[in-house]
Amino acid sequence: MEKFSYVNATSLKQVTSLLSDSGWGEVMMIAGGTDLLAELKEYIETPKTLINLKTLPGMDSISADASGLKIGALTTVAEIAMHPTIQQDYTVLAQAAASVATPQIRNVGTLGGNLCQRPRCWYYRDETVSCLKKGGDICYAVEGLSKYHAIFGGDPVYIVHPSDIAPALIALNASIKIVGPEGEKTIKVEEFFTLPAANPFRENVLEPNEIVVEVQVPKPNPNTKSLYLKAREKGAPDFALASVAGVFEMMGKTCQTASIVLGGVAPAPWRSTDAETALTGKMINDSVSTKAGEEAVKNAQPLNDNEYKVPLTQNLISRAAMMAASK
Amino acid sequence: MSEKEKEEKKGTNISRRSFLKGVGTGTVAATVAPATILVGDPETAEAQTDEAISKSEIQLNINDQVVQIEVEARTTLLSVLRDGIDTQGNYVDLTGAKLICDKGECGGCTVLVDGKPVYACMMLAMDAQGKQITTVEGIANGDELHPVQDAFIQHDALMCGFCTPGFIVSSVALLNENKKPTLTEIKEGLSGNTCRCGTYPFIFDAVETASQKM
Repeated sequence: MEKFSYVNATSLKQVTSLLSDSGWGEVMMIAGGTDLLAELKEYIETPKTLINLKTLPGMDSISADASGLKIGALTTVAEIAMHPTIQQDYTVLAQAAASVATPQIRNVGTLGGNLCQRPRCWYYRDETVSCLKKGGDICYAVEGLSKYHAIFGGDPVYIVHPSDIAPALIALNASIKIVGPEGEKTIKVEEFFTLPAANPFRENVLEPNEIVVEVQVPKPNPNTKSLYLKAREKGAPDFALASVAGVFEMMGKTCQTASIVLGGVAPAPWRSTDAETALTGKMINDSVSTKAGEEAVKNAQPLNDNEYKVPLTQNLISRAAMMAASK
Repeated sequence: MSEKEKEEKKGTNISRRSFLKGVGTGTVAATVAPATILVGDPETAEAQTDEAISKSEIQLNINDQVVQIEVEARTTLLSVLRDGIDTQGNYVDLTGAKLICDKGECGGCTVLVDGKPVYACMMLAMDAQGKQITTVEGIANGDELHPVQDAFIQHDALMCGFCTPGFIVSSVALLNENKKPTLTEIKEGLSGNTCRCGTYPFIFDAVETASQKM
């Protein structure tokens, strides 16, 4: 790691003013640090100053009432995974959080950090490679090794977004509160993430002087069934090869509404409107769920090494629909 | 990779900022990352102010001992434990937590922070202030081994032994939270630790045995 100086945050105003005028990379924020420290150790980022957000008061708790959840950005992933109300009423979110990394990481990593973590692409994470994401000329995944890369929305950068929690939040129609020098704004989590075509260097709309402070999740209707399915290369903790966050409003075996958001297959969490349309208003059975999976991947554009993600994603969606109808 | 090699390799590093600056003229110049500028006065800096500090004398509570030590902002907790020299000139010398992957993946450096298992390689020493840190050296009660340590010996739950301290600490953390874990819960609780020798079945047996004695 390069040397840096460390500032304990005392207020959001102080944080946004320290961030202002520095652009990207010189002044950075650290919460759990489980992603950022890895980037610093690999010299992917070399900030002069880190702002320690953990000293900000009142941003590390979960409140739940009849209208929904409010989760502070400093809440750890472990607290989300183990929260009884989230496990019961927002199952997809608890399952997604529990699937993140390892107990040691979940005890330290925060909600805000999980949403703002950088891609795990091996070209991006290699300090000697100047790829398109880091200001170079090309995305090496196109002609190089692309086993873990995007099958949707890649052009021109084929990273996948590594967050498990983000697809779950989008499937639950959650919003995210952002504070900047001009005050706060709340946008849908779905609008928070962006594709490389809009900005090849970043994965979300956050400006260099803005900070994520809270996530708000509306309470699902009582007839909702939700779940998170994650395919990993091995049984041990890992990032998703592909994942499905599914939120279904069910009447018996009939799906009234479906919200299907994929992880691990695109540079941002990827809503599959094709799968949602194929399920909405239908009695879920083998052929309907199979059709939903097929519809979801019909426009997939795999690279040289990741064609396996197409049937994998297709079958995860089919399985999620069948599980929603059966439990 | 040695620090020297790192320094040499840095010459090829192209920062995004330098790219963005170059976009206007259509050139992408490889530039050496700008030298770090230190902010704040290390001589007067206090640990818990909102001043920017690059160096600080901090107090850590490790295995119920107070360790007074000067650290840089970038110093990890693991560096303090293994390589730290306190303000009296004594080595901290707690080498039970191992430096293996240094990126929060292998679990060899697992310690307890306020009772919860964390990777010491991925925690800044400054962030460990005011917390109770327990390393594998602090697990036993004097000369009396912890039931988890006894059970690891009984089940021969190691081969080369390099990952063992991390597994012991994770196992203790698991059993403190969950007195009678199922095999699935044991596997989940230890999922942040890696054993390249593959002694997992013996480790799981050891944790089960220890759970019966706690």
